[in-house]
Amino acid sequence: MTNMIARRRFGHLGLLAGLMLLATPALADFSLINMTRGVTESSQEIYDLHMTIFTITVVIGLGVFGAMFYSIFRHRKSRGVKPAKFHHSTAVEIVWTVLPLVILVGMAVPATRVLIDLDDTSESEMAVKITGYQWFWGYEYMGEDVQFLSRLATDSDVARQLDSGINPASVPNYLQNVDRRLVLPVDTRIKFQITAADVIHSWWMPDLGWKKDAIPGFVNETWTVIEEPGVYRGRCAELCGRDHGFMPIVVEAVERDEYEAWLAEQQAGGEPGTTADGTDAAEAGEELAAR
Amino acid sequence: MTATTQDHAHHAEEPTGFKRWLVTTNHKDIGSMYLLFSLAMFLVGGAMALVIRAELFQPGLQVVDPYFFNQMTTMHALVMIFGAVMPAFTGLANWMIPLMVGAPDMALPRMNNWSFWLLPFGFAILLSTLFMPGGGPAGGWTMYPPLMLQTGTAFPFVIFAIHVLGISSIMGSINVIATILNMRAPGMTLMKMPLFVWTWLITAYLMIAVMPVLAGAITMLLTDQYFGTSFFSAAGGGDPVLYQHIFWFFGHPEVYILILPAFGIISTIIPAFARKPLFGYSSMVYATASIAFLSFIVWAHHMFTVGMPLAGQLFFMYATMLIAVPTGVKVFNWVATMWRGAMTFETPMLFALAFVFLFTIGGFSGLMLAIAPADFQYHDTYFVVAHFHYVLVTGAVFAILAAAYYWMPKWTGHMYNERLGQWHFWLSTIFVNVLFFPQHFLGLAGMPRRIPDYSVQFADWNMVSSIGGFGFGFAQLIFVWLLYKCIRGGQKAEARAWEGAEGLEWEVPSPAPHHTFDTPPVIR
Repeated sequence: MTNMIARRRFGHLGLLAGLMLLATPALADFSLINMTRGVTESSQEIYDLHMTIFTITVVIGLGVFGAMFYSIFRHRKSRGVKPAKFHHSTAVEIVWTVLPLVILVGMAVPATRVLIDLDDTSESEMAVKITGYQWFWGYEYMGEDVQFLSRLATDSDVARQLDSGINPASVPNYLQNVDRRLVLPVDTRIKFQITAADVIHSWWMPDLGWKKDAIPGFVNETWTVIEEPGVYRGRCAELCGRDHGFMPIVVEAVERDEYEAWLAEQQAGGEPGTTADGTDAAEAGEELAAR
Repeated sequence: MTATTQDHAHHAEEPTGFKRWLVTTNHKDIGSMYLLFSLAMFLVGGAMALVIRAELFQPGLQVVDPYFFNQMTTMHALVMIFGAVMPAFTGLANWMIPLMVGAPDMALPRMNNWSFWLLPFGFAILLSTLFMPGGGPAGGWTMYPPLMLQTGTAFPFVIFAIHVLGISSIMGSINVIATILNMRAPGMTLMKMPLFVWTWLITAYLMIAVMPVLAGAITMLLTDQYFGTSFFSAAGGGDPVLYQHIFWFFGHPEVYILILPAFGIISTIIPAFARKPLFGYSSMVYATASIAFLSFIVWAHHMFTVGMPLAGQLFFMYATMLIAVPTGVKVFNWVATMWRGAMTFETPMLFALAFVFLFTIGGFSGLMLAIAPADFQYHDTYFVVAHFHYVLVTGAVFAILAAAYYWMPKWTGHMYNERLGQWHFWLSTIFVNVLFFPQHFLGLAGMPRRIPDYSVQFADWNMVSSIGGFGFGFAQLIFVWLLYKCIRGGQKAEARAWEGAEGLEWEVPSPAPHHTFDTPPVIR
């Protein structure tokens, strides 16, 4: 962990130079400059869609800017050129109206497919209700009699006070750790019912591929199937007041049997948010990895 | 003839000093006031942006409280949109439209005076809210309820200020339309008008259509707060998302209000310095009209994550993607105008070329944002912030700067200092990209917008972005100095200050006399 921070610190100078070289990706970690592929089929599809459209715009950009810079270098008065007189060409204008239209249709087809898929919340195997509050999240496992609130972890909360004097880099998972994680099973079709208690929030988990607004008085539905166990971190994405930046989301995706055990323990009133032996498995793992 | 003589006698009695500016009905004076006011607001809004970038320079909170940070993001947007960009375009319209269509003044000169003088009062109210108990508005410039209803004492003042600014914009638009439709010199048919006039005509219609919608939305906020209505409260049978629909029905045409006159400026400057007529004049007009039409049916692309029905998401995605077609036509036309021209690269041309390049990048990210499923990731992140700053700063603001350099000789009678202009251009262009380009990365990597503090993986690019922000901000002081020098003196400008400049404004002397086209010019 400390090693990583040191490297990041050292990276400042390198990054500045890197920017001058138009941000050569080799200098930077891709996860710091591009969208995550995430851990669901939808997030992968969204990533692919993003890269496809990005590539198309880059190709068009190269064409347009290529022509523009060619013109800037060749067609300048200082080279003694005489300006041409032409001022329109119906044929050319029709081509560059119709051609973009065709490209757009090509983009719209896969986008429509993904959108239709994401909209279908049927056939879910379990449901979790998410409620946004100023400024924390509430989770309720529907029909399981398990519910709890999830707040910014204390060490981050202390460090983030104005002039706290604590270096954020010294706090593990600064601003993206919570006291109680949302524990979810992998390979399960989970429906989320998202709402809010006070103002509008937005529940955003980049690794699931989407965000959805939490609106007081209304319930928004969406779904996911997490494919890999792990700890995933997200944030509130809709401005919700003073501490909008301080209500992170942490999802811990575990195997189904582990999830069942966790759920049973919650129902029995066990220590919240921890695994069977009373320690937080994922955090313990992270500490180990850091050593 | 007698009438003319009396007119001149009347003009000679015009007051001097402060009273001249207070009671003026002259389009040039009012245009100058609009432009200087806009420059002042650009610096005020810019100072707020620097507070934001100072806080975001590194993780942790070092400079301001999160609530004050939210006030800064909210006010920065309101000041830049309503105080800097819109008045700058209105100022350009005031100065240039009568000169371009061969009219002696704006059609409604007294209303013109009033629509300007509302602005300082509107902004005095808006900025004073920062000092009220509970601070200024902190719910974002979009003012979404229920959050906006948590604003303190400032709440009704903010709404009143926006009403005042809206009235000013509507009157400005009425004036522009009345001038263009009634006061063109004989022979200047609509399809002979300069593109700046065309784009402003369309913009003015957009403003008249949507400013009242904004007024309606914020009035509903006001009644929800004080008069027991529940337009936007589910508890009383309303819906907070209704506000967003109404707001963005205003808000999307609004972003075209902020860019269409820029298209007109660029379409004026590129032909002048390429010494070649604009490619595809009529397709430019049709493309502008198409964009204006489409702007009314794409609003909900700002709301893909609110939980709209699938059919709604699909409709707004397709409609939004369509905007790429007329916008593409414009970019292609500009490049075709440069093609086989004989270009020189004075400061206005440099800003215009940077506009074409950087605005197009903003257009590309806009196209990406239009793709609804991908927007589920992009929405409300720094990717969006990067996008709209590319279209508004390197788009609208660069176009305004290009226009200021291009017409400054006509306004002041002096050539500006080209060397300083080049410095201003290059520093602005380099730093603005250092400022905004990394914000694409931040957004894609997962940083939401409107947050005062962030987790440490975002530290590097935020630091780069802040360095760019301060560089860009201080580079603008070069412009202030250059403008001051140019007003005070400098090389005398000829009537036609630029070799390739076309249009009626270059037929009158530089500086343009106080009254021009008392008799209409002859249009060839």
